[in-house]
Amino acid sequence: MIQLTNIHKTYQGAQPLHVLKGIDLHIGKGEFVAIMGASGSGKSTLLNILGILDDYDEGEYRLDGTLIRNLSETKAADYRNRMIGFIFQSFNLISFKDAMENVALPLFYQGINRRKRNQLAMEYLEKVGLTEWAHHMPNELSGGQKQRVAIARALITQPRIILADEPTGALDSKTSLEVMQLLKKLHEQGMTIIVVTHESGVAYQAEKIVHIKDGQIENVELNDGSKKSPFGVNGVMK
Amino acid sequence: MLELLQEIKGTLRRNMIRTIATGFAVVSGLFLLIVLQGAGNGVIHSFQYNMGSFAFDAVHVFGGRTTKPWEGIKEGRLIRLDDRDLYMSRHHFPHQITNAIPTVTQDGMVASFGSHYVSSSSMVGVYPEYAASQAVEMLEGRFINIMDIAEKRKVCVLGANSCKDLFKEEGSPIGRKVKLGGILYTVVGKYKTDEMFSGSKFYVPYTTLCTIYNRGRFIDELTMNIKNIPTDSAMEQFMDEYTRATSYIHSFDPEDNRALWIWNQAGDNIQMNRAMSILNKAFWILGLLTLLSGVVSVSNIMLISVKERTREFGIRRAIGARPWNIISMVVLESVVITAIFGYIGMLLGIFFCEWMNATVGNQVMDLGVFQAKYFVDPTVDLHICFQATIVIIIAGALAGFFPARKAVKVKTIDALRA
Repeated sequence: MIQLTNIHKTYQGAQPLHVLKGIDLHIGKGEFVAIMGASGSGKSTLLNILGILDDYDEGEYRLDGTLIRNLSETKAADYRNRMIGFIFQSFNLISFKDAMENVALPLFYQGINRRKRNQLAMEYLEKVGLTEWAHHMPNELSGGQKQRVAIARALITQPRIILADEPTGALDSKTSLEVMQLLKKLHEQGMTIIVVTHESGVAYQAEKIVHIKDGQIENVELNDGSKKSPFGVNGVMK
Repeated sequence: MLELLQEIKGTLRRNMIRTIATGFAVVSGLFLLIVLQGAGNGVIHSFQYNMGSFAFDAVHVFGGRTTKPWEGIKEGRLIRLDDRDLYMSRHHFPHQITNAIPTVTQDGMVASFGSHYVSSSSMVGVYPEYAASQAVEMLEGRFINIMDIAEKRKVCVLGANSCKDLFKEEGSPIGRKVKLGGILYTVVGKYKTDEMFSGSKFYVPYTTLCTIYNRGRFIDELTMNIKNIPTDSAMEQFMDEYTRATSYIHSFDPEDNRALWIWNQAGDNIQMNRAMSILNKAFWILGLLTLLSGVVSVSNIMLISVKERTREFGIRRAIGARPWNIISMVVLESVVITAIFGYIGMLLGIFFCEWMNATVGNQVMDLGVFQAKYFVDPTVDLHICFQATIVIIIAGALAGFFPARKAVKVKTIDALRA
């Protein structure tokens, strides 16, 4: 599904910052992968490149066989809309739209009519258990609910991959658990999911953990279940 | 498009304060423009109304007294116009003079009907063309006609004011006999007298007056209508040429400016037109400045609102909005706001103008000797209203476009962090 070959990224500035120093990574269809690293390790940059929110300088990125390189903003927007579902740490819901409208918004940019959009949005809200909250504004929802709305929004376009950037970063441990369980459920249904985190408790919910250090992949660890416990026991994270 | 409008409707409704702030700038800009225009028009129209019964292209010429000696003749000689001047006026200035009509006047007459009388009236001997040339407006009956002239009939046309004094509102004056200078004349018509310049002129056929008072070939006044003289300097030049032509007939010094009396209504009219056009321009400049301030406020609010919404645009772009989607949304939002509120402002402005029309517009200023309206029809051409609205809509669209274009040039990821 995702094929990264020798990705380099340098932030130009007064002092150029070489953030990614040759990333090679393969993620297959239906995998649940966590990208872990300390802050400044380049994990967020990597996620932005995967999400076509940022460009890279060198190497090759193929998403489901399509080469993603030097795309126009319009093309990038279309790929983001159809192939990628985003889940952000800060939810990034539009504050003046209610839950249903937020979920439906990606379909607006596909030119789907309102009735159909809202109908689908209600279906997805049901999947994340928020039917009753459909007409609440984001500021009337708890953090966990907001993140579930964001997940529904990410899913509504039936994307190839879900990219989650610190999805539990703004949540308490109990709601974090709910959110992660939701992601796991999606994984079980065959969705490809990539989670960026610095919390091991979150990372060890995944099948595969990619450790990044100083812009390079340190090692790829297959999760055998032995380290799952810190997250599982009493819902304590880290 | 319909989907986009629905999306915009939601955005505008949920961001009511922003919407109203923008809208208020538009409403006040258009409202003030239209009210200022209306007030300006009211003043200009009141000029026109009060001057309504003037013929704006008329020049009146009378004989004067020379003040300079010429070719051996001493100064102080009386110049009396006669049929040679009429001929000259009709034939020497075909491009400037469209019409030259002689009149003779018998002043200091007493007009009476039974025991009622009007003193110090003048009898004016006229030709039928005089009515059109001097904008005499008939209220009843007819003016002097060609048969009156040919048959030297003893008929007269009197003013509404004299009519009131003589007949005291007792029915129509037509057919009654009025005594003027001891002779009876049949009234054939009543003309409108205006409130500013009262006076009692009784129009009688030119030939009748000439015969009764034995005028011979002399003329008291030449009334001319002129054209093709657009400026003051052209008017002055025409006057000099006219005086020179007359000086050949009567042998006076062409530089002698007292030998002929010229009352130049047309020249006054040029000045009044200029005054009105200056007034009109002043109101336009004021109006356009208000409109500009409206445009600036709209631009300002759009600029700030787009900046404020950087993150929202980042979210929209992350989930698949193309840059053009964002730009068209912002522009359309701006157009919708300015169109709706522009329309409201326009309606309010028009209603206010109508209100002024209904109240101040009907007030009459009574100055004793005459009455005048000082605010007439303070309304604005609907075209101007629509044009102003369109200007502000276009300005709104541009005010949305440029910041939006700038906003989508920011990288999505940076917009999301904003």
